Amino acid sequence: MNKLSIYKKGTKDGLPICFGYLAVSFAFGIQASSAGLSALQAVIMSLTNVTSAGQFASLSIIAAGASLLELAITQLILNLRYLLMSCALSQKLSYKTSTLSRLLVAHGVTDEIFGVSVSVKGELSPFYNYGLMTVSIFGWCFGTLLGVISGDLLPFSVTSALGIAIYGMFIAIVVPDSKKDKHILFAALLAIALSCILKYAPVLSGISSGFQIIIATIIAATCAAIFFPLEDEKDE
Amino acid sequence: MNNISIYIYILVMALVTYLIRALPLTLIRKKITNRFLRSFLHYVPYATLSAMTIPAIFYSTSSKISAFLGFGAALILAYKNKSLLTVALVASAVVFITELFI
Repeated sequence: MNKLSIYKKGTKDGLPICFGYLAVSFAFGIQASSAGLSALQAVIMSLTNVTSAGQFASLSIIAAGASLLELAITQLILNLRYLLMSCALSQKLSYKTSTLSRLLVAHGVTDEIFGVSVSVKGELSPFYNYGLMTVSIFGWCFGTLLGVISGDLLPFSVTSALGIAIYGMFIAIVVPDSKKDKHILFAALLAIALSCILKYAPVLSGISSGFQIIIATIIAATCAAIFFPLEDEKDE
Repeated sequence: MNNISIYIYILVMALVTYLIRALPLTLIRKKITNRFLRSFLHYVPYATLSAMTIPAIFYSTSSKISAFLGFGAALILAYKNKSLLTVALVASAVVFITELFI
């Protein structure tokens, strides 16, 4: 496949992400507006950050006029999971991929773009990610804008329904591979059990949701790697 | 809150977030040969996506019932290897229709 058709494939696969992002960023826009951000500021934040939890958390920090250090640490904690995702993505790209391409792909490492791009069979082309990023970042910024300028443009029932879109996509990524490979199923089920424990157990539930995901991921992937290591140097 | 300081806040958070994403992608250029690390990274996506989905999906809509039915629909369609877009849209449609009745 040439670069253009890979890019187009990315834009098509990015559509569900775009829809999900529209709903979430719409909610973000409404909140950003009540925190005192202008439409331009909210859209610039969405364009330069592309991170849901981090952006939502920043609003109360900005509104409170808290220190930049507090803001930086919050972002580090909430977004540290992207570090793991970037490590995994680095193994999907060809070693020949240029530094510039890597720097561009990096901007689009979100839960959803990562989920879709890492599930591509074989080597990953940066042009696929550019396609995913084009439509999903557009959706993220456009939804933000709509949320700021008109909180009641979409009926509530529609935003509520779109809220599940992103999770539907995750399920569509994990289930087919779990069906084929029992070891993947093990990692997935263990991660689910851990994330439920972290969410509902006393004390543990005080951990931020970003950290809960990191802890569940590291423990589940470590156990799976110990019990079911990959064959030596065989490409999966 | 003046405008300039809001832009400084935005700049700082964008920088922190970008560095987290860019450092591994630019620094890790070779294929990792260590068997444990390769296996670990192989399982990371499935573990992360699963942990992010459950239990969060049950809080993603305005009612637990609609979220549960949407989840069930997504599970069945995903099991039948339907595309990402199909699964996402049908789950949303199930939520929308359910919420008309409750």
